[in-house]
Amino acid sequence: CRDMGVTKEEVEIALNSSLNPSHLVVIDTSGGCGASFEVTIVSEHFEGKRLLERHRLVNTALAEQMKQIHALSIKKAVTPAQWNPNPTASQQ
Amino acid sequence: SARCFSALSPEMKSTIDKVVQSHKVVLFMKGTKDFPQCGFSNTVVQILKSLNVPFETLNILENDMLRQGMKEYSSWPTFPQLYIDGEFFGGCDITIEAYKNGQLQEQIEKAMCS
Repeated sequence: CRDMGVTKEEVEIALNSSLNPSHLVVIDTSGGCGASFEVTIVSEHFEGKRLLERHRLVNTALAEQMKQIHALSIKKAVTPAQWNPNPTASQQ
Repeated sequence: SARCFSALSPEMKSTIDKVVQSHKVVLFMKGTKDFPQCGFSNTVVQILKSLNVPFETLNILENDMLRQGMKEYSSWPTFPQLYIDGEFFGGCDITIEAYKNGQLQEQIEKAMCS
């Protein structure tokens, strides 16, 4: 890592303020240098939107941080209705 | 000022237009289909190979103007970027998701028949 990029907290604050998620998990997958993250986000803002549009909302919310993030993996971007809080109960 | 600089010149835009319209499936990626230089790009290459679909790849690591221009052209900040039938389909996560639920195959079949 060249420098401390973005913290997990900064990613959380940006997503919380833009998308008001009912559930949010941000994982720093960079080993601490703040250059790569994994995001799981549940928000009413995704209602009626295709996956591409949902990911665009996340990217836009993180526009400032993306300048320093090298890899952002959006694992899930779902609506509260689609969110299953107990995924082991419905293994496919 | 530098903040207002746009990497997407009219010339660059028309070049990209031509590239994405002249092939049914185009992947802008880090590295080439035979030598991907990033795990995310590699994932999408392997998906496209497994679907047995002809596709073109462009190595954005070899052309920084293209790399910056593509971010604006697609309004997408990262690579890889997959184009099907001239339209932006998504990045790595979206392609994986669409591959799993069958929508990627559907979209590509539709493109091949159009």
